[in-house]
Amino acid sequence: MWKFFHRLASPPHFYRLAATLIPWLMFPGLLLLAWGSYNGLFVAPPDYQQGDAYRIIYVHVPAAYLSMMAYMFMAIGGGIGLIWRMKLAHAVAAAAAPIGAAFTFLALATGSIWGRPMWGTWWEWGDPRLTSELILLFLYFGYMALRSSIDDIAKADKASAVLALVGVVNVVIVHYSVEWWSSLHQGQTILKKGGPAMDPEMLQPLLAMILGFTLIFGALLARRVRTEVLYRERRTRWVRKMVLAPEGGR
Amino acid sequence: MVDIGMGNYGIYVWVCFGLTLIIVVLSDWRARVRHKRVYRDIEVRIKALEERE
Repeated sequence: MWKFFHRLASPPHFYRLAATLIPWLMFPGLLLLAWGSYNGLFVAPPDYQQGDAYRIIYVHVPAAYLSMMAYMFMAIGGGIGLIWRMKLAHAVAAAAAPIGAAFTFLALATGSIWGRPMWGTWWEWGDPRLTSELILLFLYFGYMALRSSIDDIAKADKASAVLALVGVVNVVIVHYSVEWWSSLHQGQTILKKGGPAMDPEMLQPLLAMILGFTLIFGALLARRVRTEVLYRERRTRWVRKMVLAPEGGR
Repeated sequence: MVDIGMGNYGIYVWVCFGLTLIIVVLSDWRARVRHKRVYRDIEVRIKALEERE
C-alpha cells in the first residue's frame, strides 16, 4: 500500500501516469456533458415553479460543487506537502488553484444569471451563500497572487499551503450557509436528508453533468500538475533524459 | 419540436451553457499552452547546455 503511494508520488512516474490518464478522463467527461446537456435542456420536463429557468442548475450546481472540491484539493495538497514534505502534493495544490478559480467564477456568474429572473436581482450582498462564494473566489486569487509573489518555490509552497488551510473555514461556510442562515438561495437538493428532492427525469442529467464535470476537472488537474512537475523538476536528470530522448516526452 | 426560446428564459439558460463551454475550452487551452511553453523553455535550455558541453 505504502509502496504504491510512494511510487505514485514519484514525479517521473506521476508525469507519465498523468499523460495516460488525461484522455481517459477527458473523453468520458465530454460524453457525459453532451448527454447531460441534451437531456437537461431538451428531455427533462420544466419545473412547476421556475419553468425552464431551472435548467441553469445543469451547469451551476456542478460548477459550484467543483469550486469547493478544487479548494479541498488545494488545502489537502498543501497540508500533505507541509506535514510529509511531499513535493507532488504542493504541485497538485498549485495546479488546482486556477481551475478552482475558473469554476468558482462560473458558479457565481451562472448563479447571478439565474437570480435575475428568479429573484429579480443579479446580486444580493446580504445573502450568505453568494457572499461566501465570492470570498472563495478572492481566496483563490489571493492564493495565486501569494504564490506568484514569492520566487523561492519552497517558500511559496509553505506560505500558500497555510493560506489554503485557513481558507477551508470558508468552504464549510459556503456549504452550510443555506442551513445556518436565512438565504435567498435554495437549500440542499441532492444531499438532502431522505434522498434527493428531484424527479428522476431531472436528476439523472444533473448527476451525469456532475460526474462529467468531475472527470473534466480531473483531466485539467492532471494536465496542470504535469506542467508543475516539469517546471519544478527542470534541473533533474530524468527531465534532461526525457527531453533529449528522440521521441521526447511531451 | 424543441422550444429553444424556453418561454422567456432561453436567453438566461443559453448564456449560462455558452459561458460554461467557453470556460471549459479556455481552461483546457490555457493548460495546454502553458505546458508547451514550459516544455519548450526547458528543451531550449537543456539543448543549449548540451551543445556547450
